[in-house]
Amino acid sequence: MSYSEKVMDHFSNPRNMGEIAKPSGVGTVGNAQCGDIMRVYLDINGDGIVEDVKFKTFGCAAAVATSSMATELVKGKSVQDALKVTNQAVCEALDGLPPVKVHCSLLAEEAIHAALWDYAEKNGIVIEGLSKPKSDIHEDEAEEEY
Amino acid sequence: MVNPIKSIYLDNAATTAVAPAVVEAMLPYFTKAYGNPSSLYELGQQAHGALTTARDQIAAHLNARSQDIYFTSCGTESNNWALKETMFAYQSKGRHLITSSIEHHATSHSCAWLEKRGYEVTYLPVDADGLVDPAVFEAAIRPDTVLASIIHGNNEIGTIQPIRQLAAIAHEHGVLFHTDSVQTVAHLPVDIADLGVDMLSASGHKFNAPKGVGLLYIKKGVRTRSFMDGGAQERKRRAGTENVPYIVGMARALDLALSTLTERTQTETELRDHLIDRVLAEVEHCRLNGHRTQRLPGNANFSFEFVEGESLLLTLEQKGIMASSGSACASGSLDPSHVLLAIGLPHEIAHGSLRLSLSHETSREDIDYTVEAIKQTVTHLRTMSPLYEDFLAGKKQLSAVK
Repeated sequence: MSYSEKVMDHFSNPRNMGEIAKPSGVGTVGNAQCGDIMRVYLDINGDGIVEDVKFKTFGCAAAVATSSMATELVKGKSVQDALKVTNQAVCEALDGLPPVKVHCSLLAEEAIHAALWDYAEKNGIVIEGLSKPKSDIHEDEAEEEY
Repeated sequence: MVNPIKSIYLDNAATTAVAPAVVEAMLPYFTKAYGNPSSLYELGQQAHGALTTARDQIAAHLNARSQDIYFTSCGTESNNWALKETMFAYQSKGRHLITSSIEHHATSHSCAWLEKRGYEVTYLPVDADGLVDPAVFEAAIRPDTVLASIIHGNNEIGTIQPIRQLAAIAHEHGVLFHTDSVQTVAHLPVDIADLGVDMLSASGHKFNAPKGVGLLYIKKGVRTRSFMDGGAQERKRRAGTENVPYIVGMARALDLALSTLTERTQTETELRDHLIDRVLAEVEHCRLNGHRTQRLPGNANFSFEFVEGESLLLTLEQKGIMASSGSACASGSLDPSHVLLAIGLPHEIAHGSLRLSLSHETSREDIDYTVEAIKQTVTHLRTMSPLYEDFLAGKKQLSAVK
């Protein structure tokens, strides 16, 4: 198994890594049992444009690189366009992933969706085409103050 | 970064460099004395003589009879042979086998293969240090138990099992005993007569012989069937033309290793302890996996909370350090190492494991550089980790395992 140069670049120099203090939306997906957790923070302005995006990831190099690339792809986009950033798009932008790592790109897409869902909930809006994220790790921890 | 300044190989439990003296010993058997040991003419007899000498040397080093040493292609073959063919041979006695839950896959997958064919396997639990409890082992023995197979020194966490004691218990109950000694031969004093085992597996490439040669010791009287059908090689128990140059190389490598065993293991143990002491003292939220003292001289295995193993390995590689991990991503499966789970680590801690295995060529400078690299890497990966963020915010507890 070997990674493309782009994957190694995004792993070694991740873009948009960090937190946003008062995000418009946050999404955390994955599960430490499987070894991958991604958290995406979105800062969405009044016009519905993703002004800033940050991520944190616990996981392998593919997980870090897909998080980094996914944040690059949604930055500056409208909410609707951000929703269209698919795992295939993330994969292609990274010049591909080894077959066993393709699930990591799916996680990146889900993390963006989970953050958008959080944004929609906080603002009482409905984003067409967005459904409730399934693999949010905090789904079954409703009693926690999160 | 493609060309790191340093190159520090700390994965000697995976494989070792072939020693130059070993290569030299092997060379004549490729191009000069290349005969088939089964041939009657001089060229064949030269090869046969080399084979006999190698077998005698190895047997003497391991304190076993020459006739009981059988050459194989690797440790995996030796384990497959010992388990499968012994279980077949003793079917009339029973179909039960006892092993541990921390075996190498060569053993555990052979067990799974046997289970699919109607054999029963008991997987003994281990304690937090990775030790099998002899009393639990004894209690698992049944009238239909044929064989027990317990790994001598664990390849991941380095824990050394009380093989002599376990073999004695097996024999009290008429059960045969095999041990996978792949990590211990040439790294610990291995005296087969003293251990009292009926079968023992070893592999050349773990002690500076080439990959592709191993051995299985089978005590006289054990009715293990042939694993390879064909010619009459290896006393009709392992057909196939003997790999003479590699076998000669393995004998030479064992010679070399044992001539320096005491001082080498002492140096390795000191360096290993220096590594363990520094990492435990200087990296927060980490633990040592495996027994603190009853462990392989060159093995250190840590888990770092909030950090994933593959990322750890790739970042260390960029700093010139080669090591291995029990994380799922590093293995290509979805589950982390079964060994780390067996000693009670939760999945997320098992994902953050790092194995460093030293050799006689590892220096104190290498270790100090490695500790600094680990500190930087763990800190870097934690700044990226949402788990660490939650921990700092008080939303997540440390693992209870310490």
